[in-house]
Amino acid sequence: MNLWTYSTPKSFFPLLTWVVPPIMLISSLFCIAGIYVGFFVAPTDFQQGEVYRIIFIHVPSAWMSMFLYLVIVFWCLIGLIFNTRLSFMMAKSLAPTGAIMTIIALWTGALWGKPTWGTWWVWDARLTSELLLFFLYLGYILLGIAIDDQKKSDRITAILAMIGGVNIPVIYFSVEWWNTLHQGASISLTAAPKMANSMLLGIGLMSISFWMYAVGASFCRLRTSILLREKDAGWLRDADGSY
Amino acid sequence: MKPRQKRVTLIAIASVLITSAIVIVLNVFNDNLVFFYSPSEILERNFDEESRQIRLGGMVVPDSVQRRSTDTTVSFQVTDNRNTIKVTYTGILPDLFREGKGVVVQGRFAENQMFVANQVLAKHDENYMPPEVAEILMEPKKGNTR
Repeated sequence: MNLWTYSTPKSFFPLLTWVVPPIMLISSLFCIAGIYVGFFVAPTDFQQGEVYRIIFIHVPSAWMSMFLYLVIVFWCLIGLIFNTRLSFMMAKSLAPTGAIMTIIALWTGALWGKPTWGTWWVWDARLTSELLLFFLYLGYILLGIAIDDQKKSDRITAILAMIGGVNIPVIYFSVEWWNTLHQGASISLTAAPKMANSMLLGIGLMSISFWMYAVGASFCRLRTSILLREKDAGWLRDADGSY
Repeated sequence: MKPRQKRVTLIAIASVLITSAIVIVLNVFNDNLVFFYSPSEILERNFDEESRQIRLGGMVVPDSVQRRSTDTTVSFQVTDNRNTIKVTYTGILPDLFREGKGVVVQGRFAENQMFVANQVLAKHDENYMPPEVAEILMEPKKGNTR
């Protein structure tokens, strides 16, 4: 298969029209399995008791909030280098989902922090940089709306997204670089996981669910933005409602 | 150079410049980015001469927690295994406040080297396991049980 087959809106559009429902179905199935494992299979924690179970939402959403930003940066970079309009549309379609994931991570973190740490919020490096990520998402979305000229909007927001990308390693490594109230990573590529296997399984299932949801939701948005932007393009008019 | 190569070069140079600028800023503000100081850092810096609020973080020394029977005042010691600071606090402790576990207290030094806290936060670690496993791990070793 040619790598460039799906690099134009015209060729990607048919795929977008049928692929979203199956992706969302996969997401739902993994979500049900993840919640089941999280509530009924994973054991009580020796220190925190049942309250730790919010981890099954908190960690996947926090991972997604950072990962989706990296994906946005990737598409912005591709867009700037190869001048492909679909890349920018992809980046912009991902941003609202990224912002939602960030809010979920911050919110569940607050709900978890109150019973364990004794506070909803502290200005430590991890929490503050995650809040900054939320503002970066918002800034990226709003700047994109504010600039009318589509090409200019694409390019300027891409630059903003790439500058903000520096924040991602800061979020990830904040717990190692500075003293923070937030604990270190339980799961990393370099060390054995510091939790029971069934807890890991729950987090893994929920992460796949969130990931699939992010793909499905951003594809929905991408489809709409292709329709809006290419409404005058020949291929869409020729299709004449067949999509 | 082709336009595309030019763009790649520009992006690369800009990324390097922006990244280094941010690394420098983070390094300069390193002091403000730490959420708390360890007992040793606090004693080195002589914070007690100032009356400003600071945060102290460390481990609650086992068997150091004393509760006053008349009110909710608690006193305990916080250590980083090199230096220890005595802390007193009036209020409700978080659920995860435990002897031998992490804690972050905010407050200021009063006379006689006593740290008077107005907020106590529990800092838990990143280990999660079922109580049965924790029990086995924390059991004092009784000879060779293998």
